[in-house]
Amino acid sequence: MNKAIIDIKNPVLTIENLSVSYEKGKYAVKDVSAGVKKNSITAIMGPSGCGKSTLLRAINRMHELYPSIQTLGKIYLDNKDISSIPSIKLRQKIGMVFQRPNPFPTMSIYDNVIAGYKLNGTRIKRSKKDKIVEKSLCDVVLWDEVKDSLHKRGTFLSGGQQQRLCVARTLAFQPEIILMDEPTSALDPIATAKIEDLLTELKKKYTIILVTHNMSQAARISDFSMFMYLGELIEYGKTKELFTNPVNKKTEEYLTGKFG
Amino acid sequence: MEILLKYKKIQTDGFSFRLAKNKVFFCFMIFMSMIAISPVIFIIAKLIIKGIRQINLDFFYNVAPNTLEAMTAIANGEIIPGGIANGITGSILMVLLASVMAIPAGILTGIYLSENQDKLFANIIRNISEILQGVPSIVLGIISYLWIVINITKGFSAFAGSISLAIMMLPLIIKSTEETLKMIPLTIKEAAMSLGVPYHKIIFKVLLPTGMGGLLTGILLAISRVLGETAPLMLTALGSSVINFDVTKPTSAVPLLIWEFYNDPNLLDLVWSSSLFLMGFVLILNIIVKRIAKKYN
Ligand SMILES: Nc1ncnc2c1ncn2[C@@H]1O[C@H](COP(=O)(O)OP(=O)(O)O)[C@@H](O)[C@H]1O
Ligand SMILES: [Mg+2]
Repeated sequence: MNKAIIDIKNPVLTIENLSVSYEKGKYAVKDVSAGVKKNSITAIMGPSGCGKSTLLRAINRMHELYPSIQTLGKIYLDNKDISSIPSIKLRQKIGMVFQRPNPFPTMSIYDNVIAGYKLNGTRIKRSKKDKIVEKSLCDVVLWDEVKDSLHKRGTFLSGGQQQRLCVARTLAFQPEIILMDEPTSALDPIATAKIEDLLTELKKKYTIILVTHNMSQAARISDFSMFMYLGELIEYGKTKELFTNPVNKKTEEYLTGKFG
Repeated sequence: MEILLKYKKIQTDGFSFRLAKNKVFFCFMIFMSMIAISPVIFIIAKLIIKGIRQINLDFFYNVAPNTLEAMTAIANGEIIPGGIANGITGSILMVLLASVMAIPAGILTGIYLSENQDKLFANIIRNISEILQGVPSIVLGIISYLWIVINITKGFSAFAGSISLAIMMLPLIIKSTEETLKMIPLTIKEAAMSLGVPYHKIIFKVLLPTGMGGLLTGILLAISRVLGETAPLMLTALGSSVINFDVTKPTSAVPLLIWEFYNDPNLLDLVWSSSLFLMGFVLILNIIVKRIAKKYN
Protein backbone atom coordinates (compact mmCIF):
# COMPACT_ATOMS: atom_id res chain seq x y z
CA MET A 1 0.00 0.00 0.00
CA ASN A 2 1.31 3.44 -0.83
CA LYS A 3 1.58 5.40 2.35
CA ALA A 4 1.67 9.18 2.22
CA ILE A 5 3.04 10.83 5.32
CA ILE A 6 4.08 14.45 5.41
CA ASP A 7 7.16 15.70 7.10
CA ILE A 8 6.39 18.26 9.84
CA LYS A 9 9.00 21.00 10.26
CA ASN A 10 10.03 21.74 13.86
CA PRO A 11 7.54 19.35 15.42
CA VAL A 12 6.68 19.72 19.10
CA LEU A 13 6.14 15.98 19.29
CA THR A 14 7.90 13.30 17.27
CA ILE A 15 6.79 9.68 17.15
CA GLU A 16 9.42 7.24 15.86
CA ASN A 17 8.68 3.65 14.85
CA LEU A 18 6.07 3.24 17.58
CA SER A 19 4.54 -0.21 18.03
CA VAL A 20 2.25 -1.22 20.86
CA SER A 21 0.94 -4.69 21.67
CA TYR A 22 -1.60 -5.79 24.27
CA GLU A 23 -0.78 -9.44 23.76
CA LYS A 24 2.56 -10.85 22.70
CA GLY A 25 2.99 -10.67 18.94
CA LYS A 26 -0.33 -8.94 18.26
CA TYR A 27 0.29 -5.28 17.54
CA ALA A 28 -2.51 -2.77 17.93
CA VAL A 29 -0.21 -0.02 16.65
CA LYS A 30 2.38 -0.94 14.04
CA ASP A 31 5.53 1.02 13.34
CA VAL A 32 4.00 4.50 13.35
CA SER A 33 6.25 7.49 12.70
CA ALA A 34 4.96 11.07 12.58
CA GLY A 35 5.62 14.59 13.78
CA VAL A 36 3.04 16.90 15.32
CA LYS A 37 2.91 20.61 14.54
CA LYS A 38 2.85 23.08 17.42
CA ASN A 39 -0.32 25.14 18.01
CA SER A 40 -2.43 23.09 15.67
CA ILE A 41 -5.16 20.48 15.86
CA THR A 42 -4.10 17.11 14.56
CA ALA A 43 -6.94 14.65 14.06
CA ILE A 44 -6.51 10.89 14.18
CA MET A 45 -9.19 9.11 12.18
CA GLY A 46 -9.90 5.54 11.25
CA PRO A 47 -12.41 2.74 11.73
CA SER A 48 -13.14 1.44 15.20
CA GLY A 49 -10.39 -0.80 16.56
CA CYS A 50 -7.69 0.54 14.24
CA GLY A 51 -5.50 1.64 17.15
CA LYS A 52 -6.31 5.34 17.54
CA SER A 53 -6.72 5.23 21.32
CA THR A 54 -3.72 2.95 21.69
CA LEU A 55 -1.53 5.42 19.78
CA LEU A 56 -2.87 8.36 21.78
CA ARG A 57 -2.27 6.68 25.13
CA ALA A 58 1.32 5.92 24.20
CA ILE A 59 1.99 9.65 24.00
CA ASN A 60 1.47 10.27 27.73
CA ARG A 61 2.73 6.80 28.68
CA MET A 62 -0.61 5.62 30.05
CA HIS A 63 0.34 2.13 28.90
CA GLU A 64 3.06 1.78 31.48
CA LEU A 65 0.38 1.38 34.14
CA TYR A 66 -0.59 -1.96 32.60
CA PRO A 67 2.43 -4.26 32.81
CA SER A 68 1.25 -6.61 30.05
CA ILE A 69 1.31 -3.88 27.40
CA GLN A 70 4.53 -3.69 25.40
CA THR A 71 5.67 -0.48 23.72
CA LEU A 72 8.48 -0.26 21.16
CA GLY A 73 9.92 2.83 19.48
CA LYS A 74 10.49 6.34 20.74
CA ILE A 75 8.50 9.50 21.32
CA TYR A 76 10.14 12.89 21.73
CA LEU A 77 8.60 15.98 23.31
CA ASP A 78 10.61 19.07 22.33
CA ASN A 79 13.40 16.72 21.26
CA LYS A 80 13.44 15.06 24.67
CA ASP A 81 12.76 11.34 24.95
CA ILE A 82 9.53 11.06 26.96
CA SER A 83 10.72 7.88 28.63
CA SER A 84 13.33 10.01 30.42
CA ILE A 85 10.75 12.45 31.81
CA PRO A 86 9.24 11.54 35.23
CA SER A 87 5.62 10.51 34.72
CA ILE A 88 4.15 13.28 36.89
CA LYS A 89 6.02 15.92 34.89
CA LEU A 90 5.22 14.29 31.58
CA ARG A 91 1.52 14.16 32.32
CA GLN A 92 1.57 17.79 33.40
CA LYS A 93 3.02 18.66 30.01
CA ILE A 94 0.72 16.32 28.11
CA GLY A 95 -2.86 16.45 29.38
CA MET A 96 -5.62 14.04 28.47
CA VAL A 97 -9.39 14.29 27.96
CA PHE A 98 -11.42 11.11 27.73
CA GLN A 99 -14.37 9.84 25.74
CA ARG A 100 -16.80 10.11 28.64
CA PRO A 101 -16.63 13.11 30.93
CA ASN A 102 -15.00 11.85 34.13
CA PRO A 103 -14.89 14.53 36.82
CA PHE A 104 -14.00 13.13 40.25
CA PRO A 105 -17.40 12.40 41.79
CA THR A 106 -16.40 13.27 45.35
CA MET A 107 -14.90 16.64 44.48
CA SER A 108 -16.40 20.08 43.99
CA ILE A 109 -16.05 21.92 40.70
CA TYR A 110 -13.26 23.98 42.26
CA ASP A 111 -11.36 20.92 43.47
CA ASN A 112 -11.82 19.16 40.16
CA VAL A 113 -10.03 21.95 38.34
CA ILE A 114 -7.02 21.78 40.66
CA ALA A 115 -7.29 18.00 41.13
CA GLY A 116 -3.88 17.54 39.52
CA TYR A 117 -2.25 19.60 42.25
CA LYS A 118 -4.42 18.27 45.05
CA LEU A 119 -4.00 14.59 44.29
CA ASN A 120 -0.27 14.89 43.74
CA GLY A 121 0.05 16.71 47.06
CA THR A 122 1.51 19.84 45.46
CA ARG A 123 1.06 22.71 47.90
CA ILE A 124 0.04 26.03 46.40
CA LYS A 125 -1.26 29.22 47.92
CA ARG A 126 -4.96 29.81 48.16
CA SER A 127 -4.73 32.95 46.04
CA LYS A 128 -2.82 31.11 43.34
CA LYS A 129 -5.36 28.29 43.43
CA ASP A 130 -8.19 30.78 42.96
CA LYS A 131 -6.38 32.26 40.00
CA ILE A 132 -5.74 28.91 38.36
CA VAL A 133 -9.37 27.86 38.83
CA GLU A 134 -10.76 31.09 37.42
CA LYS A 135 -8.39 31.16 34.48
CA SER A 136 -8.89 27.52 33.55
CA LEU A 137 -12.67 27.80 33.78
CA CYS A 138 -12.61 31.01 31.73
CA ASP A 139 -10.50 29.30 29.09
CA VAL A 140 -13.10 26.57 28.68
CA VAL A 141 -15.96 29.13 28.76
CA LEU A 142 -17.47 27.63 31.88
CA TRP A 143 -16.69 30.36 34.39
CA ASP A 144 -19.89 32.37 33.97
CA GLU A 145 -22.02 29.25 34.25
CA VAL A 146 -20.44 27.91 37.44
CA LYS A 147 -18.86 30.84 39.27
CA ASP A 148 -21.66 30.85 41.84
CA SER A 149 -21.54 27.11 42.46
CA LEU A 150 -17.82 26.41 42.55
CA HIS A 151 -18.18 24.35 45.69
CA LYS A 152 -20.93 22.11 44.41
CA ARG A 153 -20.10 18.66 43.10
CA GLY A 154 -18.82 18.54 39.53
CA THR A 155 -21.16 15.67 38.75
CA PHE A 156 -24.21 17.96 39.00
CA LEU A 157 -23.24 19.62 35.71
CA SER A 158 -24.60 18.60 32.32
CA GLY A 159 -22.54 16.26 30.15
CA GLY A 160 -21.15 19.06 28.01
CA GLN A 161 -20.29 21.16 31.06
CA GLN A 162 -18.61 18.16 32.70
CA GLN A 163 -16.48 17.62 29.61
CA ARG A 164 -15.43 21.27 29.62
CA LEU A 165 -14.61 20.89 33.31
CA CYS A 166 -12.36 17.96 32.38
CA VAL A 167 -10.62 20.13 29.78
CA ALA A 168 -10.17 22.80 32.47
CA ARG A 169 -8.62 20.16 34.73
CA THR A 170 -5.86 19.56 32.18
CA LEU A 171 -5.46 23.29 31.46
CA ALA A 172 -4.73 23.91 35.14
CA PHE A 173 -1.25 22.52 34.49
CA GLN A 174 -0.68 24.78 31.46
CA PRO A 175 0.26 21.75 29.36
CA GLU A 176 2.00 21.86 25.99
CA ILE A 177 -0.12 19.19 24.42
CA ILE A 178 -3.70 18.07 25.06
CA LEU A 179 -4.67 14.56 24.00
CA MET A 180 -8.37 14.04 23.36
CA ASP A 181 -9.96 10.66 22.77
CA GLU A 182 -13.31 11.20 21.05
CA PRO A 183 -14.20 13.94 23.53
CA THR A 184 -17.58 14.67 21.97
CA SER A 185 -18.85 11.18 21.25
CA ALA A 186 -20.96 11.15 24.42
CA LEU A 187 -22.36 14.65 23.90
CA ASP A 188 -25.34 16.14 22.10
CA PRO A 189 -24.84 18.33 18.98
CA ILE A 190 -25.02 21.65 20.84
CA ALA A 191 -22.48 20.61 23.46
CA THR A 192 -20.33 19.17 20.67
CA ALA A 193 -20.37 22.48 18.79
CA LYS A 194 -19.30 24.28 21.97
CA ILE A 195 -16.36 21.92 22.48
CA GLU A 196 -15.33 22.33 18.83
CA ASP A 197 -15.37 26.12 19.17
CA LEU A 198 -13.35 25.74 22.34
CA LEU A 199 -10.71 23.62 20.60
CA THR A 200 -10.17 26.14 17.80
CA GLU A 201 -9.73 28.77 20.51
CA LEU A 202 -7.38 26.62 22.59
CA LYS A 203 -5.00 25.80 19.75
CA LYS A 204 -3.67 29.33 19.91
CA LYS A 205 -1.98 28.36 23.15
CA TYR A 206 -1.85 24.58 23.09
CA THR A 207 -1.21 21.75 20.69
CA ILE A 208 -4.17 19.41 20.37
CA ILE A 209 -4.22 15.82 19.21
CA LEU A 210 -7.80 14.72 18.68
CA VAL A 211 -8.98 11.18 18.10
CA THR A 212 -12.31 11.22 16.34
CA HIS A 213 -14.44 8.80 14.43
CA ASN A 214 -16.44 11.73 13.15
CA MET A 215 -15.00 12.68 9.78
CA SER A 216 -16.88 15.94 9.47
CA GLN A 217 -15.53 16.98 12.86
CA ALA A 218 -11.99 16.36 11.67
CA ALA A 219 -12.71 18.28 8.49
CA ARG A 220 -14.26 21.20 10.40
CA ILE A 221 -11.64 21.87 13.02
CA SER A 222 -8.37 20.06 12.36
CA ASP A 223 -5.30 21.40 10.56
CA PHE A 224 -3.66 18.04 10.02
CA SER A 225 -5.21 14.59 9.77
CA MET A 226 -3.92 11.08 10.22
CA PHE A 227 -5.73 8.10 8.83
CA MET A 228 -5.03 4.79 10.55
CA TYR A 229 -6.00 1.34 9.41
CA LEU A 230 -5.31 -1.96 11.18
CA GLY A 231 -2.75 -0.34 13.45
CA GLU A 232 -0.81 1.35 10.68
CA LEU A 233 -0.59 5.03 9.89
CA ILE A 234 -1.63 4.99 6.25
CA GLU A 235 -1.92 8.63 5.40
CA TYR A 236 -1.01 11.87 7.15
CA GLY A 237 -1.30 15.30 5.68
CA LYS A 238 -2.90 18.72 5.81
CA THR A 239 -6.57 18.17 6.48
CA LYS A 240 -7.70 20.09 3.36
CA GLU A 241 -5.44 18.12 1.08
CA LEU A 242 -6.17 14.78 2.68
CA PHE A 243 -9.92 15.31 2.38
CA THR A 244 -9.91 16.70 -1.17
CA ASN A 245 -7.18 14.60 -2.63
CA PRO A 246 -6.42 11.41 -0.68
CA VAL A 247 -3.42 9.52 -1.98
CA ASN A 248 -4.15 6.13 -0.53
CA LYS A 249 -7.03 4.03 -1.78
CA LYS A 250 -8.10 2.98 1.73
CA THR A 251 -8.19 6.59 2.85
CA GLU A 252 -10.40 7.46 -0.08
CA GLU A 253 -12.73 4.55 0.63
CA TYR A 254 -12.98 5.59 4.28
CA LEU A 255 -13.64 9.23 3.48
CA THR A 256 -16.33 8.34 0.96
CA GLY A 257 -18.03 6.15 3.52
CA LYS A 258 -17.30 2.77 1.93
CA PHE A 259 -16.42 1.39 5.38
CA GLY A 260 -15.90 2.62 8.90
CA MET B 1 -74.69 -8.70 15.01
CA GLU B 2 -76.18 -11.02 17.57
CA ILE B 3 -73.16 -13.27 17.40
CA LEU B 4 -70.85 -10.35 17.73
CA LEU B 5 -72.60 -9.17 20.89
CA LYS B 6 -72.47 -12.62 22.38
CA TYR B 7 -68.80 -12.85 21.57
CA LYS B 8 -68.18 -9.54 23.22
CA LYS B 9 -70.03 -10.64 26.34
CA ILE B 10 -67.96 -13.76 26.66
CA GLN B 11 -64.86 -11.75 26.18
CA THR B 12 -65.66 -9.27 28.93
CA ASP B 13 -66.64 -12.11 31.21
CA GLY B 14 -63.29 -13.70 30.71
CA PHE B 15 -61.72 -10.36 31.37
CA SER B 16 -63.47 -9.79 34.67
CA PHE B 17 -62.62 -13.33 35.72
CA ARG B 18 -58.98 -12.58 35.10
CA LEU B 19 -59.28 -9.34 37.02
CA ALA B 20 -60.76 -11.24 39.96
CA LYS B 21 -57.94 -13.75 39.76
CA ASN B 22 -55.43 -10.90 39.87
CA LYS B 23 -57.17 -9.47 42.90
CA VAL B 24 -57.15 -12.78 44.76
CA PHE B 25 -53.50 -13.27 43.98
CA PHE B 26 -52.71 -9.74 45.11
CA CYS B 27 -54.48 -10.26 48.45
CA PHE B 28 -52.67 -13.55 48.86
CA MET B 29 -49.33 -11.81 48.34
CA ILE B 30 -50.16 -9.17 50.94
CA PHE B 31 -51.23 -11.89 53.36
CA MET B 32 -48.02 -13.87 52.90
CA SER B 33 -45.90 -10.74 53.32
CA MET B 34 -47.70 -10.04 56.58
CA ILE B 35 -46.87 -13.54 57.79
CA ALA B 36 -43.27 -13.07 56.75
CA ILE B 37 -42.83 -9.86 58.74
CA SER B 38 -45.03 -10.79 61.68
CA PRO B 39 -42.19 -12.38 63.71
CA VAL B 40 -40.34 -9.05 63.66
CA ILE B 41 -43.46 -7.19 64.80
CA PHE B 42 -44.17 -9.74 67.53
CA ILE B 43 -40.58 -9.75 68.76
CA ILE B 44 -40.41 -5.97 68.97
CA ALA B 45 -43.84 -5.76 70.62
CA LYS B 46 -42.96 -8.43 73.16
CA LEU B 47 -39.58 -6.82 73.94
CA ILE B 48 -41.15 -3.41 74.44
CA ILE B 49 -44.03 -4.67 76.59
CA LYS B 50 -41.84 -6.80 78.82
CA GLY B 51 -38.63 -4.80 78.74
CA ILE B 52 -39.43 -1.10 78.74
CA ARG B 53 -40.34 -1.19 82.46
CA GLN B 54 -36.73 -1.93 83.37
CA ILE B 55 -35.14 0.72 81.20
CA ASN B 56 -34.19 3.88 83.08
CA LEU B 57 -30.96 5.76 83.72
CA ASP B 58 -29.82 3.13 86.23
CA PHE B 59 -30.06 0.55 83.54
CA PHE B 60 -27.21 2.27 81.66
CA TYR B 61 -25.15 3.36 84.67
CA ASN B 62 -25.17 0.33 86.95
CA VAL B 63 -23.71 -3.12 86.62
CA ALA B 64 -25.84 -6.25 86.66
CA PRO B 65 -27.40 -7.03 90.07
CA ASN B 66 -26.80 -10.25 91.91
CA THR B 67 -29.52 -12.76 92.39
CA LEU B 68 -30.20 -11.78 96.02
CA GLU B 69 -30.77 -8.08 95.25
CA ALA B 70 -33.10 -9.05 92.46
CA MET B 71 -35.03 -11.50 94.64
CA THR B 72 -35.59 -8.87 97.34
CA ALA B 73 -36.74 -6.33 94.81
CA ILE B 74 -39.20 -8.74 93.25
CA ALA B 75 -40.51 -9.75 96.68
CA ASN B 76 -41.16 -6.06 97.41
CA GLY B 77 -42.93 -5.63 94.08
CA GLU B 78 -40.25 -3.29 92.77
CA ILE B 79 -38.39 -3.45 89.48
CA ILE B 80 -35.05 -5.21 89.55
CA PRO B 81 -32.27 -2.73 90.44
CA GLY B 82 -29.05 -2.34 88.48
CA GLY B 83 -28.42 -2.49 84.77
CA ILE B 84 -26.08 -3.64 82.09
CA ALA B 85 -23.27 -1.08 82.27
CA ASN B 86 -20.65 -3.84 82.49
CA GLY B 87 -22.11 -5.40 79.33
CA ILE B 88 -22.34 -2.14 77.38
CA THR B 89 -18.78 -1.10 78.19
CA GLY B 90 -17.48 -4.60 77.47
CA SER B 91 -19.29 -4.74 74.13
CA ILE B 92 -17.96 -1.32 73.16
CA LEU B 93 -14.42 -2.26 74.22
CA MET B 94 -14.37 -5.54 72.32
CA VAL B 95 -16.12 -4.29 69.19
CA LEU B 96 -13.81 -1.28 69.06
CA LEU B 97 -10.75 -3.45 69.44
CA ALA B 98 -12.07 -5.88 66.83
CA SER B 99 -12.75 -2.97 64.46
CA VAL B 100 -9.26 -1.57 64.90
CA MET B 101 -7.89 -4.93 63.79
CA ALA B 102 -10.44 -5.94 61.16
CA ILE B 103 -11.15 -2.64 59.35
CA PRO B 104 -7.62 -1.83 58.07
CA ALA B 105 -6.86 -5.46 57.25
CA GLY B 106 -10.23 -5.99 55.59
CA ILE B 107 -10.09 -2.82 53.53
CA LEU B 108 -6.53 -3.42 52.34
CA THR B 109 -7.38 -6.99 51.39
CA GLY B 110 -10.51 -5.77 49.58
CA ILE B 111 -8.41 -3.24 47.66
CA TYR B 112 -5.92 -5.95 46.74
CA LEU B 113 -8.69 -8.25 45.49
CA SER B 114 -10.42 -5.59 43.41
CA GLU B 115 -7.14 -4.40 41.89
CA ASN B 116 -5.93 -7.91 41.01
CA GLN B 117 -9.11 -9.62 39.85
CA ASP B 118 -7.74 -12.67 38.08
CA LYS B 119 -4.43 -13.26 39.81
CA LEU B 120 -4.03 -16.73 41.29
CA PHE B 121 -3.10 -15.42 44.73
CA ALA B 122 -6.11 -13.07 44.73
CA ASN B 123 -8.40 -15.97 43.87
CA ILE B 124 -6.98 -18.03 46.72
CA ILE B 125 -7.50 -15.18 49.18
CA ARG B 126 -11.02 -14.56 47.91
CA ASN B 127 -11.94 -18.22 48.36
CA ILE B 128 -10.46 -18.39 51.84
CA SER B 129 -12.35 -15.27 52.81
CA GLU B 130 -15.58 -16.83 51.55
CA ILE B 131 -14.89 -20.00 53.52
CA LEU B 132 -14.19 -17.90 56.61
CA GLN B 133 -17.59 -16.28 56.24
CA GLY B 134 -19.20 -19.71 56.49
CA VAL B 135 -17.32 -20.87 59.58
CA PRO B 136 -19.72 -21.12 62.57
CA SER B 137 -18.97 -18.41 65.11
CA ILE B 138 -18.52 -20.95 67.93
CA VAL B 139 -15.61 -22.45 65.99
CA LEU B 140 -13.98 -19.03 65.79
CA GLY B 141 -14.43 -18.82 69.55
CA ILE B 142 -12.67 -22.14 70.01
CA ILE B 143 -9.81 -21.03 67.77
CA SER B 144 -9.39 -17.79 69.68
CA TYR B 145 -9.51 -19.80 72.91
CA LEU B 146 -6.67 -22.02 71.71
CA TRP B 147 -4.56 -19.14 70.38
CA ILE B 148 -5.15 -16.34 72.82
CA VAL B 149 -6.73 -17.60 76.02
CA ILE B 150 -4.32 -20.49 76.45
CA ASN B 151 -1.15 -19.02 74.98
CA ILE B 152 -1.21 -15.27 75.26
CA THR B 153 -3.46 -13.86 77.96
CA LYS B 154 -3.29 -17.12 79.98
CA GLY B 155 -6.91 -16.75 80.91
CA PHE B 156 -10.23 -15.48 79.59
CA SER B 157 -9.87 -11.94 78.26
CA ALA B 158 -11.45 -9.13 76.27
CA PHE B 159 -8.54 -9.42 73.84
CA ALA B 160 -9.42 -13.03 73.04
CA GLY B 161 -13.05 -11.99 72.59
CA SER B 162 -12.17 -9.22 70.16
CA ILE B 163 -9.93 -11.54 68.13
CA SER B 164 -12.85 -13.88 67.54
CA LEU B 165 -15.09 -10.93 66.63
CA ALA B 166 -12.42 -9.48 64.33
CA ILE B 167 -12.17 -12.78 62.45
CA MET B 168 -15.93 -12.66 61.98
CA MET B 169 -15.82 -9.10 60.68
CA LEU B 170 -12.95 -9.66 58.25
CA PRO B 171 -14.71 -11.51 55.43
CA LEU B 172 -17.69 -9.14 55.57
CA ILE B 173 -15.46 -6.08 55.21
CA ILE B 174 -13.28 -7.70 52.55
CA LYS B 175 -16.32 -8.57 50.47
CA SER B 176 -18.02 -5.19 50.76
CA THR B 177 -14.78 -3.33 50.00
CA GLU B 178 -14.06 -5.43 46.92
CA GLU B 179 -17.61 -5.11 45.59
CA THR B 180 -17.64 -1.35 46.20
CA LEU B 181 -14.32 -0.70 44.50
CA LYS B 182 -15.21 -2.92 41.55
CA MET B 183 -18.22 -0.68 40.88
CA ILE B 184 -16.09 2.45 40.45
CA PRO B 185 -15.70 3.10 36.72
CA LEU B 186 -12.20 2.63 35.32
CA THR B 187 -12.39 6.06 33.73
CA ILE B 188 -12.26 7.74 37.16
CA LYS B 189 -9.01 5.93 37.85
CA GLU B 190 -7.64 6.81 34.44
CA ALA B 191 -8.49 10.47 35.00
CA ALA B 192 -6.19 10.38 38.02
CA MET B 193 -3.51 8.46 36.11
CA SER B 194 -3.60 11.06 33.35
CA LEU B 195 -2.83 13.72 35.96
CA GLY B 196 0.33 11.85 36.93
CA VAL B 197 -1.00 10.74 40.32
CA PRO B 198 1.04 7.83 41.72
CA TYR B 199 -0.71 4.50 42.25
CA HIS B 200 -0.94 4.57 46.04
CA LYS B 201 -2.37 8.08 45.98
CA ILE B 202 -4.95 7.05 43.39
CA ILE B 203 -6.12 4.37 45.80
CA PHE B 204 -6.20 6.49 48.93
CA LYS B 205 -7.27 9.83 47.47
CA VAL B 206 -9.54 8.78 44.62
CA LEU B 207 -10.85 5.22 44.95
CA LEU B 208 -11.44 5.11 48.71
CA PRO B 209 -13.22 8.48 48.92
CA THR B 210 -15.32 7.60 45.87
CA GLY B 211 -16.35 4.31 47.45
CA MET B 212 -16.68 5.70 50.99
CA GLY B 213 -20.43 5.11 51.17
CA GLY B 214 -20.05 1.44 50.35
CA LEU B 215 -17.10 1.00 52.69
CA LEU B 216 -18.93 2.60 55.64
CA THR B 217 -21.99 0.51 54.95
CA GLY B 218 -19.92 -2.67 54.99
CA ILE B 219 -18.17 -1.72 58.22
CA LEU B 220 -21.37 -0.81 60.05
CA LEU B 221 -23.09 -3.99 58.91
CA ALA B 222 -20.11 -6.03 60.12
CA ILE B 223 -20.26 -4.25 63.49
CA SER B 224 -23.98 -4.77 63.86
CA ARG B 225 -23.46 -8.41 62.96
CA VAL B 226 -20.89 -9.08 65.72
CA LEU B 227 -22.63 -6.96 68.35
CA GLY B 228 -25.11 -9.74 68.99
CA GLU B 229 -22.63 -12.63 68.94
CA THR B 230 -22.71 -14.72 72.10
CA ALA B 231 -21.11 -18.08 71.35
CA PRO B 232 -17.54 -16.97 70.56
CA LEU B 233 -17.50 -14.68 73.61
CA MET B 234 -18.50 -17.46 76.02
CA LEU B 235 -15.24 -19.24 75.26
CA THR B 236 -13.06 -16.13 75.25
CA ALA B 237 -14.29 -13.10 77.20
CA LEU B 238 -16.32 -15.27 79.57
CA GLY B 239 -18.12 -12.41 81.31
CA SER B 240 -17.57 -10.25 84.36
CA SER B 241 -19.73 -8.71 87.05
CA VAL B 242 -17.75 -5.47 87.05
CA ILE B 243 -16.92 -2.81 84.46
CA ASN B 244 -13.58 -3.77 83.01
CA PHE B 245 -11.31 -1.95 80.56
CA ASP B 246 -8.30 -4.24 80.96
CA VAL B 247 -8.06 -6.23 77.75
CA THR B 248 -6.23 -9.08 79.46
CA LYS B 249 -9.08 -9.65 81.95
CA PRO B 250 -12.43 -11.37 81.57
CA THR B 251 -15.06 -8.94 80.34
CA SER B 252 -18.79 -8.87 79.98
CA ALA B 253 -20.84 -8.06 76.87
CA VAL B 254 -24.53 -7.38 76.33
CA PRO B 255 -25.28 -10.74 74.67
CA LEU B 256 -23.31 -12.53 77.41
CA LEU B 257 -25.43 -10.78 80.04
CA ILE B 258 -28.60 -11.80 78.25
CA TRP B 259 -27.45 -15.40 78.49
CA GLU B 260 -26.61 -15.03 82.18
CA PHE B 261 -29.95 -13.38 82.96
CA TYR B 262 -31.72 -16.18 81.16
CA ASN B 263 -30.03 -18.74 83.39
CA ASP B 264 -31.04 -17.01 86.63
CA PRO B 265 -34.78 -17.22 87.40
CA ASN B 266 -34.57 -14.08 89.52
CA LEU B 267 -33.04 -12.00 86.73
CA LEU B 268 -35.28 -13.26 83.96
CA ASP B 269 -36.99 -9.88 83.59
CA LEU B 270 -33.69 -8.30 82.58
CA VAL B 271 -33.51 -10.56 79.53
CA TRP B 272 -36.28 -8.51 77.94
CA SER B 273 -34.82 -5.09 78.63
CA SER B 274 -31.31 -6.09 77.57
CA SER B 275 -32.61 -7.66 74.37
CA LEU B 276 -34.67 -4.54 73.71
CA PHE B 277 -31.55 -2.43 74.14
CA LEU B 278 -29.46 -4.63 71.81
CA MET B 279 -32.17 -4.80 69.18
CA GLY B 280 -32.72 -1.04 69.32
CA PHE B 281 -29.01 -0.39 68.97
CA VAL B 282 -28.65 -2.68 65.96
CA LEU B 283 -31.77 -1.16 64.44
CA ILE B 284 -30.30 2.32 64.76
CA LEU B 285 -27.05 1.15 63.15
CA ASN B 286 -29.02 -0.25 60.25
CA ILE B 287 -30.95 2.98 59.82
CA ILE B 288 -27.64 4.86 59.73
CA VAL B 289 -26.42 2.42 57.07
CA LYS B 290 -29.50 3.12 54.95
CA ARG B 291 -28.97 6.86 55.33
CA ILE B 292 -25.33 6.59 54.29
CA ALA B 293 -26.13 4.44 51.29
CA LYS B 294 -28.77 6.94 50.21
CA LYS B 295 -26.53 9.95 50.72
CA TYR B 296 -23.68 8.55 48.65
CA ASN B 297 -25.85 7.41 45.77
N1 LIG C 1 -7.04 -3.41 27.01
C1 LIG C 1 -6.91 -4.12 25.85
N2 LIG C 1 -6.54 -5.41 25.87
C2 LIG C 1 -6.41 -6.12 24.74
N3 LIG C 1 -6.63 -5.62 23.51
C3 LIG C 1 -7.00 -4.33 23.40
C4 LIG C 1 -7.17 -3.52 24.57
N4 LIG C 1 -7.56 -2.27 24.18
C5 LIG C 1 -7.62 -2.33 22.84
N5 LIG C 1 -7.29 -3.54 22.36
C6 LIG C 1 -7.23 -3.94 20.95
O1 LIG C 1 -6.34 -3.11 20.26
C7 LIG C 1 -6.88 -2.70 19.03
C8 LIG C 1 -6.90 -1.20 18.94
O2 LIG C 1 -7.82 -0.69 19.89
P1 LIG C 1 -8.06 0.86 20.11
O3 LIG C 1 -6.75 1.54 20.16
O4 LIG C 1 -8.94 1.01 21.28
O5 LIG C 1 -8.85 1.25 18.79
P2 LIG C 1 -9.67 2.57 18.45
O6 LIG C 1 -9.47 3.56 19.52
O7 LIG C 1 -9.16 3.00 17.12
O8 LIG C 1 -11.10 2.15 18.32
C9 LIG C 1 -8.23 -3.35 18.90
O9 LIG C 1 -8.09 -4.48 18.08
C10 LIG C 1 -8.59 -3.73 20.29
O10 LIG C 1 -9.32 -4.92 20.29
MG1 LIG D 1 -10.88 4.38 20.91
